[in-house]
Amino acid sequence: MARPETIVSKIWNKHVVHQEAGKPDLMYIDLHLVHEVTSPQAFESLSLNNRKVRRPDLTYATMDHNVPTKDRDVVKDQIANKQMETLRQNCKDHDIPLADMAHPDQGIVHVIGPQLGLTQPGKTIVCGDSHTSTHGAFGALAFGIGTSEVEHVLATQTLQQEQPKTLNVHVEGDLGPGVTAKDLILAIIAKFGVRFGTGYVMEYTGDAIRNLSMEGRMTVCNMSIEAGARAGLISPDQKTIDYLEGKEYVPEGAAFTELADSWLNLATDEGAVYDKTVTINAAEIEPQVSWGTNPGMCVPVSGATPSLDDVDHREDVKRALEYMGLKENQPMTSIAIDHVFIGSCTNSRIGDLKKAAAIVEGKQVNPQVRAIVVPGSFGVKLEAEKEGLDTIFKQAGFEWRESGCSMCLGMNDDIVPPAGRCASTSNRNFEGRQGNGARTHLVSPEMAAAAAIEGHFVDVRKFAGVPN
Amino acid sequence: MEAIQEHKGLVYPLNRTNVDTDQIIPKQFLKRIERTGFGKFLFYHWRFDDDGNERADFGLNKPAYQDATILLAGENFGCGSSREHAPWALLDYGFRVIIAPSFADIFYNNALKNGIIPIQLDESLLKQWMRQAEESALVLDVDLEGQRIVDGHEHEVHFDIPAFHKEKLLNGLDEIALTLKLEKKIEAYEKALGK
Ligand code: SF4
Repeated sequence: MARPETIVSKIWNKHVVHQEAGKPDLMYIDLHLVHEVTSPQAFESLSLNNRKVRRPDLTYATMDHNVPTKDRDVVKDQIANKQMETLRQNCKDHDIPLADMAHPDQGIVHVIGPQLGLTQPGKTIVCGDSHTSTHGAFGALAFGIGTSEVEHVLATQTLQQEQPKTLNVHVEGDLGPGVTAKDLILAIIAKFGVRFGTGYVMEYTGDAIRNLSMEGRMTVCNMSIEAGARAGLISPDQKTIDYLEGKEYVPEGAAFTELADSWLNLATDEGAVYDKTVTINAAEIEPQVSWGTNPGMCVPVSGATPSLDDVDHREDVKRALEYMGLKENQPMTSIAIDHVFIGSCTNSRIGDLKKAAAIVEGKQVNPQVRAIVVPGSFGVKLEAEKEGLDTIFKQAGFEWRESGCSMCLGMNDDIVPPAGRCASTSNRNFEGRQGNGARTHLVSPEMAAAAAIEGHFVDVRKFAGVPN
Repeated sequence: MEAIQEHKGLVYPLNRTNVDTDQIIPKQFLKRIERTGFGKFLFYHWRFDDDGNERADFGLNKPAYQDATILLAGENFGCGSSREHAPWALLDYGFRVIIAPSFADIFYNNALKNGIIPIQLDESLLKQWMRQAEESALVLDVDLEGQRIVDGHEHEVHFDIPAFHKEKLLNGLDEIALTLKLEKKIEAYEKALGK
């Protein structure tokens, strides 16, 4: 029998165009996703050098980062408008399909890829965005690149890459009721740190991962970058196939059956060797809340901010607590919030919205809190509206918006004001991420919904209406 | 990209770990469609208060560091967003060398592609220079060809850098032009796999 292989090495070997000793491999890229913020300089340089886009048919663009989420007819921000206009023109000039602001397929780039079936197992996928790792949930090798690399892919449909090392993140046991994929990935980062994945591609394995829905798997892979890894992936299984069947860009009939077989064959072989393995027990994980200014600064909701005497990087922790307006040893449930954001490429899919809606149904958002829901794509928004989720949210006092990145990074008007405190389902709690001086606490959609009602963090498992 | 063989310059010590690209260049400056002019926004909210006035307590604003071109930082420098605006801002401000115990992968690549030398050095060594630079002016001479750094006390340190990264920096190579030389192979690959 052939030597057992990991999914990473299987995908890698199928994509090497050229190999030379002492140099990175030249890798073929199957899908290049493009958005308005990290592409203009790449297109400009392409034109300056008289180069053209090699494979517009393997390129797909949308606008998500700075689109307004309400009153879209006129974009008031002229600089943002120019950036979007530039993307329109570039796509037109180079024949690249574009899900423009009013297009039914518009949405956050990492939400629409899977939704349209552009994302498929075994593909190499890149995008000028670090959360490209999301697509790894389907067993694709997907990673974020810079603008120079965007230009390289546009011009050549390849990238020069060194073969990454592999890291097996093995999650034993199963998550308890009310504990979500978001809590799992936050707990992993809290336990192993924001750098443990640097230089690796992570593969998530184990029962807890197998039992996650495809959406949960996307949430986990999404935040691989927050652990330092450029890519995180999960071997495909029947769930992957079921999810993709019938999607717009997925072949049908016999072609699909054949494809599905090849997808299953990609899964890491029994006995394959990883460069490193870490293990965590899912059963021990509680709902998480971040307290600091990087995603590793995170504790169970029953916990408290750290004590300065117990930490390694005392100065950094002190700075983070100061920025966050918190004291040491402060219980998480004592922290009052004034903003709630349910959205972002981590948690804005239909399942996320359903779970949050189940929690707020029939209740009222705390009067101190401004709460918004931003569906990850136009498609998600429509589906949610069909199920009446918009009504549930609106009746509870949430604002219901158009899709985009929104308050995840506040490039549009959706920002948290200075010293504002937000329970957010996004992936980054960096200083100023949601607005200058804004304080971000990363949580699951369920935890965000419960915090919106109570006005402070609560253990969602003790909260009435928690779906098991 | 501009080639770089050697760089001698004043050090600015940024004694913080996990400096993310949101701090290096905040989102409100990402709407521009140019590659240049980001230097004035570097570390924007650390350098300036809400009214746009310089914060006197932030090191980079101190007169002693005005001409700094070498940045020393803590581990995991450049984590977070893939925005290449981060190295553009650093370069535009004047930084040509960044020395840290570790870098985030995407940032490291982005720096290389813009002619910034990212040097990974042992933390204990770095700490010494960090302290020196905090106390008085520290000038380092970085010799990329010889892979060594010399400080004002003739103290010499060797550093590692992958050979092809080094070559790229030394010659300011256009990576796309190099890849396009392999166009035939790309075509053959596409044909063979029906892509
Ligand atoms: S939702 Fe946030 S993290 Fe995701 S792509 Fe948009 S800005 Fe980036």
